[in-house]
Amino acid sequence: MHALALLAASVTVMGAVMAMTRRVAVHAVLYLVVTLLALATVLVMLGASFAAMLEIIIYAGAIMVLFVFVIMMINLGQPDSAREKEWLRPRAWCGPGVLATIMCAELLYCLNPPSGPAPAPITAHDVGLSLFGRYVLMVELVSFLLLAGLVSAFHIGRNRVGGR
Amino acid sequence: MLGTLRTLFLTALHAFHRRATVQYPEQKPYLPPRYRGRIILSRDPDGAERCVACNLCAVACPVDCISLQKTEADGRWYPEYFRINFSRCIFCGFCEEACPTYAIQLTPDFEMGEYTRPNLVYEKEDLLISGTGKYPDYSFYHVAGIPVPGKARGASERERPPVDLHSLLP
Amino acid sequence: MTYSAFFTIILTPLVILGLATMLTWVERRLLGLWQDRHGPNRVGPGGMFQAVADGTKILFKQDWIPPFADRGVFILAPVIGMMTGLLPFAVIPVTMGMGIAGDMNVGLLFILGMMGLGVYAVVLAGWASNSKYALLGGMRAAAQMISYEVFMGLSLLGVVMMAGSFSLHDIVAAQAGLWFIIPQCLGFGVFMLAGIAQTHRLPFDLPEGENELGAGFHTEYSGMKLGMFFIAEYAGIVLVSSLVTTLYLGGWRGPFLPPALWFALKAGAMVVFFILLRASLPRPRYDQLMALGWKILLPLSLFNVMATGTILMLRAS
Repeated sequence: MHALALLAASVTVMGAVMAMTRRVAVHAVLYLVVTLLALATVLVMLGASFAAMLEIIIYAGAIMVLFVFVIMMINLGQPDSAREKEWLRPRAWCGPGVLATIMCAELLYCLNPPSGPAPAPITAHDVGLSLFGRYVLMVELVSFLLLAGLVSAFHIGRNRVGGR
Repeated sequence: MLGTLRTLFLTALHAFHRRATVQYPEQKPYLPPRYRGRIILSRDPDGAERCVACNLCAVACPVDCISLQKTEADGRWYPEYFRINFSRCIFCGFCEEACPTYAIQLTPDFEMGEYTRPNLVYEKEDLLISGTGKYPDYSFYHVAGIPVPGKARGASERERPPVDLHSLLP
Repeated sequence: MTYSAFFTIILTPLVILGLATMLTWVERRLLGLWQDRHGPNRVGPGGMFQAVADGTKILFKQDWIPPFADRGVFILAPVIGMMTGLLPFAVIPVTMGMGIAGDMNVGLLFILGMMGLGVYAVVLAGWASNSKYALLGGMRAAAQMISYEVFMGLSLLGVVMMAGSFSLHDIVAAQAGLWFIIPQCLGFGVFMLAGIAQTHRLPFDLPEGENELGAGFHTEYSGMKLGMFFIAEYAGIVLVSSLVTTLYLGGWRGPFLPPALWFALKAGAMVVFFILLRASLPRPRYDQLMALGWKILLPLSLFNVMATGTILMLRAS
């Protein structure tokens, strides 16, 4: 189980790296989907299968499809790939890469491997109770944000009848 | 909503209707006698070829699928060869209408599929049938004013004997 | 892993593939029945082997990848379609014991997730083909399937609330007294429509739209890749039918007959109903489809969730 979790985690990291280095936008999005699926696998192994499924449905199944949809609409071509290539010079990514590596090393150093038996599976019931119990304020704030987004999207996209 | 459900119901009812399909190879459809199918060359009641190689069918053919060559024997005209390319033929029946001797006729037969295209070129021996086709009593040389062996000038049906130019009688 | 579980895992995809293949023949026979024709009835008894003949033909067709296509994604798209079409069957419980993981505690969400990933097959096929008809089909598919995924999830919430679980085993167990089709009739209607739209079946086959987009997202596909899209589509019909059976029609429950037969009967009736829909209804315009979704199905499913929750609350207190 431990080895499988490590495998899934490394697939996640690999997918993320590939997503950053692809020049064709759709390929990058596909690698991002792979990353999300691997992340869902990790979540399942941690016992949070509910969160894993939500990850697949919402992130991999809906949001990433919207990304692909937008990329299809704007019709990227050869010049865009060339520009991407320009941005992927070592000079551009060396500094952030080194800093991120330092952060990652620190994180790994601080992280204690979990000991003892595997945690109990988190059910939808638990998730619901914590969402509407401890974190109810957060949920309400997020719903305000979503409502604001909805209203502004409707405002921008509304059909102006009779000219402006 | 109700209209949609009604549509569904009416479509489902079609399961109990009569099938419109004719199960072809076992169950042949009725073809009328004047159906325009495979082209044949017919013969006289005497058994001689009706075709006089006048080329009118080849001229009438809109897709130029008929080709023939005239030859002559004993004052009668024959096609030396008569060739129909059925891979071009559109079965319009213009050749039958153009034919002055009822030689070329279209028959109620359409089962002439082939695996290779050259097999669709029919020669005279493929086209000629032994019968008279749709006009059993018609014989061109019996009504035409041309003398042929066995029929002198003026001996045709509904033909008067030739005028004797040397006679002074009215 | 026990021997029998291994056997089930091998057998299930084979059975589904066989069913999907045979369904092409069943559909054509039934369409014929409703259009006063016979349909394919030549190959084998009643034309049963037509599917085999078609499969053989499509296997030997030239498998052409257009030079202007994005090769990798072009090949990946039917693979995704096939995988996401077959994986949900892992959690469908045919009977108490039959099924690979029928009592997975998030089984229903797993199915929704796989259906959500199935959008990629269509969208990527449309994008990778790099032709305008395929692209139009892919765009329509993206918008249609994402929208209807929302209503599908919302309509299922009522069932989940009544059963108190995402596990399909528990949902069937909760229908011991009354099938959910009666208390959840609104959810059932929304789920049916969303299911048709999600599997892009007729009458909601706008991503394909033969008479306006060529063949939509699979315009450029040929050979077995096209066949894989077809098999995925028919597997999708089987999936939605079995889901309706499990969620609303009491799953394997029924008197006298063995449970597996009851499941097959109910799912088969749903498949026939799907084909009847195809035989009788015309395709709506694209904006009509979206309007139906967002203006009718969304409020209906939200109302269904609210009403179910209220009734459950009142009954509990």
